[in-house]
Amino acid sequence: MTTVSVTYEEALTRYEPVFGLETHVELGTRTKMFCGCLTTFGGEPNSQVCPVCLGLPGSLPVMNRIAIEYTIKIGLALNCSIASWCRFARKNYFYPDMPKNFQISQYDEPLCLDGYLDVSVNGQTVRVGIERVHLEEDTGKSLHIGGATGRIQGAEYSLVDYNRAGIPLVEIVTKPVPGTGSLAPEVARAYVTELRDVLRSLGVSDVRMEEGSLRCDVNTSLSPLGSGAWGTRTETKNVNSLRSVERAVHSEIERQAAVLDEGGRVIQETRHFHEESGETTSGRSKEEAQDYRYFPEPDLVPVAPDAAWVDAIRTSLPELPSARRARLIAAWSLSDLEFESMRNGGALDVVEATVVAGASPRDAQKWWMGELARRANDSGVEVSALPITPADVARVSALVSAGTLNDRLAREVLDGVLAGEGTPDQVVEKRGLAVVSDDSALLAAIDEAITANPEVAEKVRSGKVAASGVIVGAVVRATRGQADAARVRELVLERLS
Amino acid sequence: MASELTRKTATELAAAVSGGEVSAAEVTQAHLDRIAEVDGRVKAFLHVSADNALAAARAVDDKRARGEELGPLAGVPVAVKDLFATVGMPTTCGSKILQGWVPPYESTVTARLRQADGVIIGKTNMDEFAMGSSTENSGYGPSRNPWDLAKVPGGSSGGSAAAVAAHLAALSLGTDTGGSIRQPAAVCGVVGTKPTYGGSSRYGVVAFASSLDTPGPFGRTVLDTALLHQVMSGHDPMDATSIDAPVPPVVEAARHGDVAGMRIGIVSEFAGDGYQPGVMSRFAEAVELLEALGAKVTEVSCPHFTYALPAYYLIAPSEASSNLARFDGMRYGLRSGSGSAEEVMAVTRAAGFGPEVKRRIMLGAYALSSGYYDAYYGKAQQVRTLIIRDFEAAFEQVDVLISPPTPTTAFDIGERADDPMAMYLADLCTIPSNLAGNAALSVPIGLAPENGLPVGLHVMAPPLADDRLYRVAAAVEAAYQSRWGHPLLDEAKGL
Amino acid sequence: MSITRDEVAHLARLSRLALSDEELDHLAPQLNQIISAVAQVQEVAAEGIPPTSHATGLANVFRDDEPVPCLTPEQALSGAPAVEMQRFKVPRILVEEG
Repeated sequence: MTTVSVTYEEALTRYEPVFGLETHVELGTRTKMFCGCLTTFGGEPNSQVCPVCLGLPGSLPVMNRIAIEYTIKIGLALNCSIASWCRFARKNYFYPDMPKNFQISQYDEPLCLDGYLDVSVNGQTVRVGIERVHLEEDTGKSLHIGGATGRIQGAEYSLVDYNRAGIPLVEIVTKPVPGTGSLAPEVARAYVTELRDVLRSLGVSDVRMEEGSLRCDVNTSLSPLGSGAWGTRTETKNVNSLRSVERAVHSEIERQAAVLDEGGRVIQETRHFHEESGETTSGRSKEEAQDYRYFPEPDLVPVAPDAAWVDAIRTSLPELPSARRARLIAAWSLSDLEFESMRNGGALDVVEATVVAGASPRDAQKWWMGELARRANDSGVEVSALPITPADVARVSALVSAGTLNDRLAREVLDGVLAGEGTPDQVVEKRGLAVVSDDSALLAAIDEAITANPEVAEKVRSGKVAASGVIVGAVVRATRGQADAARVRELVLERLS
Repeated sequence: MASELTRKTATELAAAVSGGEVSAAEVTQAHLDRIAEVDGRVKAFLHVSADNALAAARAVDDKRARGEELGPLAGVPVAVKDLFATVGMPTTCGSKILQGWVPPYESTVTARLRQADGVIIGKTNMDEFAMGSSTENSGYGPSRNPWDLAKVPGGSSGGSAAAVAAHLAALSLGTDTGGSIRQPAAVCGVVGTKPTYGGSSRYGVVAFASSLDTPGPFGRTVLDTALLHQVMSGHDPMDATSIDAPVPPVVEAARHGDVAGMRIGIVSEFAGDGYQPGVMSRFAEAVELLEALGAKVTEVSCPHFTYALPAYYLIAPSEASSNLARFDGMRYGLRSGSGSAEEVMAVTRAAGFGPEVKRRIMLGAYALSSGYYDAYYGKAQQVRTLIIRDFEAAFEQVDVLISPPTPTTAFDIGERADDPMAMYLADLCTIPSNLAGNAALSVPIGLAPENGLPVGLHVMAPPLADDRLYRVAAAVEAAYQSRWGHPLLDEAKGL
Repeated sequence: MSITRDEVAHLARLSRLALSDEELDHLAPQLNQIISAVAQVQEVAAEGIPPTSHATGLANVFRDDEPVPCLTPEQALSGAPAVEMQRFKVPRILVEEG
């Protein structure tokens, strides 16, 4: 253990951080990697298993074509080259959540190799190299019983559910990322964010970190500034939120700097990240070095994607987040900040759909990022999950532009739509919410207000125009807000001139 | 009557049941009676389910009563090696680690057998996880050779070979990873085929060495063997290594044995020291017979076959060490010991596996270890390529290759039990076909003069040319039958 | 080529086999004999020869992403030595995964 502590800022005056990420993504195929069991999350324990994913004696795996296609898609989106021939291998180690005591994975023959992903932090673009993208199968899940906190340490026994076993898992491994200095934690986070958006846009995974469909291991090392040599890296496991990615790199920089400052050596080891403290602790080191005894999986035949298949997949790729960003910033005259806030707020898709439905980019942003974001926040859901469509928002926006609604009435219409009262037009009609623009209806109310406020009327007549506010206010109140105040004022002044 | 039924061939039984001359239930009962009478001495079966078998037989009879056409194995009792997953029957692989395990699913091959109206009469003994050449490695004691109960029936599918030879079943299923069908067929005096790898599905067949394991048939006649070969074969989408091609016309070939004009190559590497004189003299006789029948026989050298045995004993244990990792006492089968999961796994495996399985698991772990991989496993895979090339070159010159199936006749129980290297030599001639994935068969060609035990002829054909095996074997069988005047098995004196 | 008793003990641990000293004593010379026999493959001139992991020559064998019926939980758990809460009950796990 170290006794000194080093602040983050101090650490960076002496050391250069290098990080790398291994990201596991559960693919959103309907069925598992090697069998026809469903991949749905949250099923009853051991209800989505068959002889294959339970590893029963005699069962055999058969590759899911869509899982291969999704992996190639990811590889292409990350600018990788796609192997023309590769094999699965067996990674042999004993563990109760692994039904066969080996994992079918890819070892020295990954499906996708050598690509990159550009991420931007504070307006600066960093190119993160992608070492490889490969496909493997997920393991089962254990409940640890009898320990203090449901953790593995101190548990009396464990209960294993194999529903997750065999779900296709893509591992995306970056090259080491040097040269980002104090921005390292943020770049790491931005990479995972960008990667998540890429995966989401490809439609290959639901990328829900909270459900474990996207999980990160973070490698961190420090080297003395200017030394040119890279330090020993640690691997922090189970970093399962964007914020944690940033914190894990941050805390490893501080921890390793303290070790090095003391003249100690960083040990190459697995560390565990703790959400509560934001710190990492050493994983139990194994008595013997792991020897996974990889060899080609003899129950499977090679994967040899031909050029036509890869080209067809390439053609089917949707617009990727980086291209979309560039397009929207230009088309909507956005600042980087405006774009980021919309993206981070999860509002890009709905805003764009609202623009497509006829609203101006400004109006679409205004409603989704203002009023609707507030409602979403209040009810704790993503803005895109609100029960209102982009077409509804576009219609409200159109009604405002046409003068049928003012902003206050528009908000009421949104209320109505969100409450399930129908389309904006139906809400306007049911609630009788249109701006009263019929002068004769207004004049009657104005005459009533003048009669009710004779002294005020007299003041206005005598030239104290400012006093008309009282009468205007009374008219607006009498029409329950549906009168356009500006028009009422005009008419009042006409009447009293 | 009943004892006559057990002497009939599968082809005869299927015809009789289909034609209503005898019921499937009677046929099954006759075999159950025969098992009750003699299997206490042969020990071919690990599990006989009279109830299941009779129920299956009655279902066949009901089907006929409804006027439906019966399948090609109508009412034929079939013995199944105890590593095919069968619903409602234990599947132990001859191992204590799987004692009592009843699979919740059915292997493709046994499902096809049932669809063809065959009746599974029981599960047969085997070397534990198919590792061995004598069934002495069974966790439940050895089976015995019906020709001489002091001798082994060969292995690993020894129980299946013995069951057919002892007339306990008309047909049986085995698997052949290094010779585990052909060698027991040879030493029990029956026909046994290793089909082309990928020709018969491995789904539901508990794996020993995935890239070599091949399910195949045993029968007392060439035609019977072909019939089961036909029924069990064909593409299976549940097995990624299954070949999507028509089944070679094996039954047709078995009906029309003919070697006239056929080019037959003798593998020159498989002769000399270590080959029993009677095995070689019968082999020489068979060569003369083939020439007399119009075949053109030449010698062909396959220089890398010498290295097949060491390559096999690297590849098969490597795959086995991984395939057998799942037997850890966590999900099914034996659980032994106490303490942590790690301890329970290690104690369970130590208690549940026999010595040969442990040897091979550790040998495999060694060959795959980082640092040794290239020198052992990697090199063995290259040798495999060279053996395939030897075969390809040979099959440019000849239509089939022949050799003895195994260097000796059946040996004494206990003779090689604790001498792994001596035991491994039993598969010397059969292993190359497993490494190359092609088709091969053993057909009886008489008895060794020195001990009166059966000798077979080993025939090898290119992948998917399984029908050639049957053309040769049927011709050989017909010629010998007319010479002997009766089936060879009539001379078996063990029972 | 020879293998020490320590190496044999290491292989046993790697293979999760709790072997007794007697078993190790018995196995070590046998493994040695087998290993020196299989080491013959190293005599073969195989420069530039590609390895064969599979003789079929097949590639790209896939299944469609279509669900097929699973086992019921009862079937899945039918062979389990111990079950609790519809899960496989296993002894405490010492080493963390990885």
